[in-house]
Amino acid sequence: MVEIRFHGRGGQGTVVASKILADAIAKEGNWVQAYPEFGVERRGSPVVAFIRIDDKQIYDKSRIYTPDSVVVVDPTLVEAIDITEGLKLGGTIIINSDRRPEDFPFHGKFNVRTINATEIAVKNKLGSLAAPIVNTAIAGAVIKVLGLTKLESLAAAIREGISIKPEDNVKAAEEAYARA
Amino acid sequence: MKKVMMGNHALSYGAKLARSQVIAAYPITPQTQVVELLSEMCSDGTLDAKFINVESEHSAMAACIGASVAGARAFTATSSQGLALMHEMLHWAAGGRHPIVMGNINRSMAPGWSIWTDQNDSLSERDTGWMQYYCASNQEVLDTVIQAFKVSERLMIPGMVILDAFALSHTYEVVDVPDQALVDKYLPPFKPEIRLTPSDPRAFGGLTGSEHYFELRYKLQKYMEKAPALIEETGREFEKIFGRNLGLVDAYRCDDADFVFVTSGTAGFTARVVVDEFRKSGLKAGNLRIKVFRPFPFAKVREVLKKVKKAAVVDRNCSYGAHGIFYQEVKSALYGEAGMPPVFGYIAGLGGRDITTDSFKEVAAHALAKDKADEEIVWIGVKK
Repeated sequence: MVEIRFHGRGGQGTVVASKILADAIAKEGNWVQAYPEFGVERRGSPVVAFIRIDDKQIYDKSRIYTPDSVVVVDPTLVEAIDITEGLKLGGTIIINSDRRPEDFPFHGKFNVRTINATEIAVKNKLGSLAAPIVNTAIAGAVIKVLGLTKLESLAAAIREGISIKPEDNVKAAEEAYARA
Repeated sequence: MKKVMMGNHALSYGAKLARSQVIAAYPITPQTQVVELLSEMCSDGTLDAKFINVESEHSAMAACIGASVAGARAFTATSSQGLALMHEMLHWAAGGRHPIVMGNINRSMAPGWSIWTDQNDSLSERDTGWMQYYCASNQEVLDTVIQAFKVSERLMIPGMVILDAFALSHTYEVVDVPDQALVDKYLPPFKPEIRLTPSDPRAFGGLTGSEHYFELRYKLQKYMEKAPALIEETGREFEKIFGRNLGLVDAYRCDDADFVFVTSGTAGFTARVVVDEFRKSGLKAGNLRIKVFRPFPFAKVREVLKKVKKAAVVDRNCSYGAHGIFYQEVKSALYGEAGMPPVFGYIAGLGGRDITTDSFKEVAAHALAKDKADEEIVWIGVKK
């Protein structure tokens, strides 16, 4: 069983990222549960989403408290909240950032990886310059770093699940996958 | 075809595959996506049904009753305050014997204002004459809608398919969406014996004096008593076609168990994880998840629990001034029979407080340390 927590801000597509990843994982025959933090979402405020993955049916319906990995969609959250809360020792943290892993204070205690998803999203004209939609680029990096699914499964999930610029989103995922 | 979908959409797909003909609903968190998707399906033609926008849940149920009287298969969905507002019409639907199927997302009743799960909304409608099915997965939600129409239309009693707010309603899971042709084979079109039609004029729901009313209610109960066997039968039939059983209860590792949790809803799946852990450490544990609450499966509960040394009922609800509601039913199922185990009662998870594997371990630690159950409610995870 693998448990992942996502941190983003309302409007960035964090919940959609977790749904697209769930679709991609299910395509390869695994069982998956994906859910947003139970409550009300507001644009710009911190949002949390979760994924649970297993090769057999998942019966645990309680929330995730001790994830194996954490994905940070919005880098400003690293200073705002404790994104390492409950993370298993030696767990992986994937951050959307132009900085190096060793620039983060929790580097060493956890396996920190960075991907400049914002740059990739802007290059592929996803969202606006001020508010780029980084979720598909993040998803590309996540499946590579955590070894979750093949790139083709993610691309298929993006084509089925994202109606706006699906091909540009696939390109962003592919580029992030290559760079992660 | 396997699809990743939220519990709310599992309700929508169930209603679509059942070929619902009239859908009348009013949106409420956390039910909104159920009717959003159904209204899309109606507008783009993937579902050949009349979608009626109404100004309240009371009207939603009234519209479903009208449709059902006219011989249409009617569906709606609501939650919490919306269900409470429907209350009068719920009696009307069951008393008038209209086999409507409704989804209810368990959401705690206000105040304090809450959108999170517990079962007091649906359990407050216990005595309206509706059948109640409590689900533990999105697959079960979709499957149960289809089965519920079949059972309801055979007995002419409405059915409520119930799922936890967020833990199912907003959680994406893998769901095997059945083939329409196979669903059509399982669920024939709704053809009531009597319906509202100008070619055969009749009055429905008229003034009924004391010389007739009593018999109407007697018949409602008599038909309700046929439901347990019919639910088992249609569940087996469902399994033959779709490979998934839909029974009254889900008795997990109960056959040789000494200690059994009695659960419902999603907590009834989490309990299985703890049962497996206990089994590994040598404790013969089991989990009896009650799927159908009305009619209550008294015989089935007795059959499972008579072989057990101790049972611990975990309720996500409270009948204030009494106890957990499933706890009371389980005790009454066992009362008067010789050799029944002591039954311990716990309340957990009100207002969406999480019920975790640790919650079940706390329940087990309490029950296993005692010979006799406490008279008082044992609260799990409450800040006193």
